[in-house]
Amino acid sequence: MSAITLTLNEELVTARQGQTILEVAREHSIHIPTLCYLEGLEEMGGCRLCMVEVQGSARPVPACITKAQEGMVVATDSETITEYRRMIVELLLAERNHTCAVCVQNGSCELQTLAARLGVDHVRFDYLHQQLSMDASRERFALDHNRCVLCLRCVRTCDAVEGAHTWDVRGRGVTSRIVADLDRPWGESVSCTDCGKCVQLCPTGALFRKGATVGEMVKEREFLMRLLERRRAIQGRQS
Amino acid sequence: MTRAELAELAEKEQVQRDAKKLRLLVCCGTPCLAAGSEAVVAALRQKLAESGSPAELEVVGTGCLGPCSRGPLVTVQRKGTPDMVYERMDPQQAVALLDAYLAAASLPQQNLLPEDLPFFRRQQRVVLQTCGLIDPEDIQQYIGHGGYEALAQVLHEMTPEEVCDGVTASGLRGRGGGGYSTGLKWQLVQKGTGSRKFVVANGDEGDPGAYMDRSLMESDPHRVLEGMAIAGYAVGAEQGYIYVRGEYPLAAQRLKTAIRDAERMGVLGSRVLDSNFSFRVDIRIGAGAFVCGEETALLASIMGRRGQPRIRPPYPAQSGLWGCPTLINNVETFGNIAAIFTMGPAAFASIGSGKSRGTKVFALCGEVCNTGLIEVPMGMPLREIIYDIGGGLPGGAAFKAAQTGGPSGGCIPASKLDTPVDYEHLQELGSIMGSGGLIVMGEKSCMVDVARFFMEFCLDESCGKCVPCRTGTIEIYRLLTRLCNGSAAARDLENLEKLCHLVKDTSLCGLGSAAPNPVLSTLHWFRDEYEAHLTDRRCPAGVCGMDVKPLHLMAEELLQRVVASRVNGEAF
Ligand SMILES: Cc1cc2nc3c(=O)[nH]c(=O)nc-3n(C[C@H](O)[C@H](O)[C@H](O)COP(=O)(O)O)c2cc1C
Ligand code: SF4
Ligand code: SF4
Ligand code: FES
Repeated sequence: MSAITLTLNEELVTARQGQTILEVAREHSIHIPTLCYLEGLEEMGGCRLCMVEVQGSARPVPACITKAQEGMVVATDSETITEYRRMIVELLLAERNHTCAVCVQNGSCELQTLAARLGVDHVRFDYLHQQLSMDASRERFALDHNRCVLCLRCVRTCDAVEGAHTWDVRGRGVTSRIVADLDRPWGESVSCTDCGKCVQLCPTGALFRKGATVGEMVKEREFLMRLLERRRAIQGRQS
Repeated sequence: MTRAELAELAEKEQVQRDAKKLRLLVCCGTPCLAAGSEAVVAALRQKLAESGSPAELEVVGTGCLGPCSRGPLVTVQRKGTPDMVYERMDPQQAVALLDAYLAAASLPQQNLLPEDLPFFRRQQRVVLQTCGLIDPEDIQQYIGHGGYEALAQVLHEMTPEEVCDGVTASGLRGRGGGGYSTGLKWQLVQKGTGSRKFVVANGDEGDPGAYMDRSLMESDPHRVLEGMAIAGYAVGAEQGYIYVRGEYPLAAQRLKTAIRDAERMGVLGSRVLDSNFSFRVDIRIGAGAFVCGEETALLASIMGRRGQPRIRPPYPAQSGLWGCPTLINNVETFGNIAAIFTMGPAAFASIGSGKSRGTKVFALCGEVCNTGLIEVPMGMPLREIIYDIGGGLPGGAAFKAAQTGGPSGGCIPASKLDTPVDYEHLQELGSIMGSGGLIVMGEKSCMVDVARFFMEFCLDESCGKCVPCRTGTIEIYRLLTRLCNGSAAARDLENLEKLCHLVKDTSLCGLGSAAPNPVLSTLHWFRDEYEAHLTDRRCPAGVCGMDVKPLHLMAEELLQRVVASRVNGEAF
């Protein structure tokens, strides 16, 4: 693969052709906040937290999808960008109920960590106070719509890694909801294999193990890359 | 059918048409149908039958003629005299017309539109040239007006590269909103590599107030099909899809008829016009989502997936339907193609101004005397469109603003009435050409309320994939609501502007990134109105209720009541 050179935060760096800006930044220990992105899953570009400035582009671009190009000049942070990221986190906090004090994920939640890192100390927007339901019909796991940020990690994992495609999205706009099997209670889903991958990858307390109490839900995400690498190795041996 | 047979048929049609002494064209576009034109056609046909169906008389149900608020419209064509257009006809009046003719009396003057009505005189009809003149369900009538001749010419005289070059030379730009050069797009797809290629016509048209594409599909479906077939030949595609908005059943049905007839005639299907080119068109019906007009969402919908946009690049021209190079154009864009080749690219390019070539169809509506469908050369000043063609505002009311581009566009104030209407000038004013909705507003419209209306539309239509659009639009809507009901605080206006920039800059697709335009443009031109709402709690246009108090006023009131109750020694 051919190498390219680009400027990242005023430093010249080299990258491989085909790498995204986010991958290059991570290799150079530059932090870009992300939420919907998860290494190993197909990018969806939905949360818009990874937006960075590229010289010559009228609008910021999502680092998780945009490929690094020869001669590109990228700034991963600026006053505007930081403010935008803060507003996006505030919008997420205002959209549903994120009362950390009573959440299973308190202390190890990706949304909470993002908010802290970006210095979100209050939300300037109206809380939408949507009264959403909780689906606790499955034996081992539960889904609390109030904590869901619609990152679709669960949908993407279930489809591409587990191959069950239990999860999908219903509705649109602010009324979008995660649904199991054409919108039935999770407990009645016939496609769900109870593998728990979605639960482990969910960034917030939306998907959790039943019985967990406040702050008890610590998730293990490393399994995804381990699994994918093993699969790749097996495929390599077979072909 | 061969090219010679096509020409023969066209000539035969023309001779037959010329042999008629009287033709009554009844507009059967959706607005006229709603006004009762079906009954008019039935009454006229019955009358004809009663009088022995004379061969020199004909009643035709046509597509849309344009001045839709005046329907049902009846056009009288008599040999040797200019066409006469009657407005607001009911069955009795229409039959009276026919009676007068049969009795060799002079035709009634009642309901007759003046011959030199600027509404018609100032228009230049290229895309709509046969709209309102032919029966959209009769392919022979289209052929009789030179239909499919351009396709024959292209297939037999030009290479695909030459066709792309011709479109480029015409200067045609996409009529779906973006205004990207159509020729360049065709060249991209033509050069693209893939096992198959596709041509897609975008007839989703979801903007409130716009119905140009519907009228075109309903009134002249073959013109769209011909444009698609030429595109198919130019880019090397054998399959086309036409994506019709679900709310347009009549358009879908007429397209279906048109496709069937065109295949029977051999102008679509395999071996088109006896050449080696085959082209099939299928219809896909949308399910009522504005976002499915966005090209990547539309393609997802055609493939049976959830209609949600994805990040570009890759553009559809590189990777569209099932990963193959796909040409997607608006139906009006396709409606221009045949004309480019019949009149020649240079003649086409001579219409219009600057970088905007050709004509544009607008749906003129709102507070204007003549509402309806119009087609004007690009670059016509807004004033002429509104005052000459539109006849100004009813009762001579003062003009306040014109909204173009629907929920993705903006408002143009009275001080800019002389702006030429083309892509560049509208963009300079913070609006867009959009697909062609043009809403005229007078002093009775409140700009904050207008912005709020469009924001409500966007929040409802957001697909929910990305955060700024999904949640940002609803928060913008709330801030606007506060301004409209009188409960806004100073910080709200500041937050509103910040939020608009966030949504504009960071949304994934065009829906979100253009959603703040109506707010930003009204903030730019009518900031005083926003400030009147905020500081004086007053709506200058008298539209907004202003019936909620801001929180700080409530707190003050409460305090006063508490103090008063203490002074009076009452329990609070
Ligand atoms: C939210 C949204 C809605 C759109 N709706 C339409 C539409 O109804 N009709 C249309 O032709 N283009 C629509 N577009 C533009 C298309 O994405 C695309 O640019 C267009 O069909 C390309 O055709 P053109 O080059 O002929 O304009 C829409 C775009 C966005 C972002
Ligand atoms: S349930 Fe969790 S993983 Fe799934 S979309 Fe919601 S937040 Fe993302
Ligand atoms: S901008 Fe709106 S419509 Fe477009 S992808 Fe984002 S949420 Fe969906
Ligand atoms: S991480 Fe890039 S858009 Fe969410």
